[in-house]
Amino acid sequence: MISLNDFYQGFRDPQTIRHLAQLIAQQAAKTTQQINIMEVCGGHTHTIMKYGILQLLPSNIHFIHGPGCPVCVMPKERIDHAAVLASQTDTILVTLGDMIRVPGSKGSLAQFRSEGCDIRPIYDPLDTLAIARDNPDKTVIFFAIGFETSTPMTAALLAQAEAQNIDNILFHINHVLVPPAIDVVMSDSRSKVNAFIGPAHVSVISGSKIYQSTVDKYKTPVVVSGFEPVDVMESILRIVRQKVAGKAELDNQYSRSVSYEGNIAAQQLVDKYFMVRDSFRWRGLGPIANSALTLRPEYQHRDAERIYAHILPTVEIDDHKACMCGDILRGLANPKDCKVFGRGCSPQSPLGSCMVSSEGACNAYYRYGEVNNAN
Amino acid sequence: MPTKKTIQLSHGGGGKEMNQLITDLFFKAFNNPILASQEDAAKLNMCGHIAFTTDSFTVSPLFFAGGDIGKLAIAGTVNDLAMMAAQPEYLSCSFIIEEGFPLEDLTTIVNSMAEELHKSGARIVCGDTKVVPKGCADGIFINTSGVGRILNPDISASNLQRGDAIIVSRDIGRHGAAILMARDGLTLESSLCSDCDTLWPIVEQLLAANVKIHAMRDATRGGISAVLNEWAIASNVGITIDEAAIPVSNEVKGLCELFGFEPYDLANEGTFVLALPMSIAKGAIEVMQLYGHCEMAAIIGEVTEQQPGKVILNTPWGSRRYLDLPQGELLPRIC
Repeated sequence: MISLNDFYQGFRDPQTIRHLAQLIAQQAAKTTQQINIMEVCGGHTHTIMKYGILQLLPSNIHFIHGPGCPVCVMPKERIDHAAVLASQTDTILVTLGDMIRVPGSKGSLAQFRSEGCDIRPIYDPLDTLAIARDNPDKTVIFFAIGFETSTPMTAALLAQAEAQNIDNILFHINHVLVPPAIDVVMSDSRSKVNAFIGPAHVSVISGSKIYQSTVDKYKTPVVVSGFEPVDVMESILRIVRQKVAGKAELDNQYSRSVSYEGNIAAQQLVDKYFMVRDSFRWRGLGPIANSALTLRPEYQHRDAERIYAHILPTVEIDDHKACMCGDILRGLANPKDCKVFGRGCSPQSPLGSCMVSSEGACNAYYRYGEVNNAN
Repeated sequence: MPTKKTIQLSHGGGGKEMNQLITDLFFKAFNNPILASQEDAAKLNMCGHIAFTTDSFTVSPLFFAGGDIGKLAIAGTVNDLAMMAAQPEYLSCSFIIEEGFPLEDLTTIVNSMAEELHKSGARIVCGDTKVVPKGCADGIFINTSGVGRILNPDISASNLQRGDAIIVSRDIGRHGAAILMARDGLTLESSLCSDCDTLWPIVEQLLAANVKIHAMRDATRGGISAVLNEWAIASNVGITIDEAAIPVSNEVKGLCELFGFEPYDLANEGTFVLALPMSIAKGAIEVMQLYGHCEMAAIIGEVTEQQPGKVILNTPWGSRRYLDLPQGELLPRIC
């Protein structure tokens, strides 16, 4: 049994955070260069805004928000797929959290649910097993989303469905990979990113090794970081130290759970059921080669995208013209640069996915704002 | 053959079965002369300023750590009256029950309501029962309305004054967290209970002690985030609160970590927020702490002139951010 207290232990100690802020300021004073840190993952964006971390940092440290929010990077046509699947008779569509709020071209899954579609947000993909068992006459489609972190959970669901011969579970796979997205960001000549904070939960599965090529290719420090304020502050300190020393190394701040090689068993489970897809279109970033997964041929009987191919729309749908999600996801714009931020686009009526997802940069800026000049 | 007694459509049909249910269960539990008179409407004797409120309860699951839908239906309506400094007096109660609902569960719920009524002395004086076909409701829905005599007419959401202290009566987020635990069947080791309770006895003592309360509200759906934002807008003032001063149990903090929620957004059902002059805040807390329910009552912030309409949260490490209204469904984060 897990104790709830286990989830809340330290990592927000005010004295430690203040001390880290002092150390960062001391180190940053030793360099005149601008340190532009991309926090790849929306979870880190959320931490930075929620805990007011920007207010604790010297002026030569900037954050640039990256493409690492699974909801933000989902193109509209894929959400339309989910809506079409959910609209089939005797079908239950299950998916994770925020996904039901993201607008497709014909509305969000929440809107389709209000019109009678059976759409169920779940926390644990394995909950799908019980839903399928309880509804033997229905087809249960798991709309799978997320980065390397959540893929093993989908694989575990598939493994269980196969082992238990639960035939009424299908999968629509939208699992994407972090390193190809980083390559897209860095290969843009306009990019100002010169350091990275890597999401720890991805590396719990994949190991810190997946960022080695980023370090080598772009000569930038990458620090794999946890999500608590102390984690993020310590990671910033480690980046600044590298910058002052003129180094570009792979570092692992989250050593309590991340190893260089990662969780081999989870990786093997993923490899058993998935293979890399030739190309996947990311919202705002466009198609990226080898950036997503699909089911292996031997599991095509579970592939809703193949089984329902004849009814799924194929037209690619871009975001609203006024929406700057694409530039925000590429690290070329800040949420407040967007003309519709907080006006035409808000969490209640989002134009772009960065405003929808609780992991999205725009949502974090809208929700927590900046109160530096509150007086 | 079913072995357990369940609610049938006939229990809502207006005939013998319905009469039996009302007489044997509802009248017995809610016994009082006004109800027992079985007139078309309750005949009440009231004068002065009257507060009138209604609320519907559709909680799932119906039974949770620290309460059930019945306790919630009474505490919720009584607390709405109490927050207006109105002594809860008369309640109505409507049941919408799904065919097949276990009679044993209904009995538990009704007895729970009767027990909760004793805490405030309020009485159920009229009611209604409908039974809907299986599949048309989620077990049972309860609506309660209530009226009460206002003892202090000046308490209002638009009455916050600059310099007021903001007080919370106990640790926050328990009800939302307890429901989440029960709903998702989390197998986590926890003694987490809902805070569900009737607040009138505490409010009565505050009023008896002549504590000059400017505003008072129970932090139900939307948690303290919703209350404070509503107040900031209604009174056109800024509210600054200190994160370190807000009481939150480790269990609630842990659950929030797991799901990506904030305790400020989680519902409460026996926790209230007060605004009153800072000079009398400590005295008010001393009165509240005479009750077991309020041992953790604390000053969590103050009303300011900064940024009218906004709530600002000071972190323990010196940064500040807005505490916004919670938005949409509370959905667990993805990763």
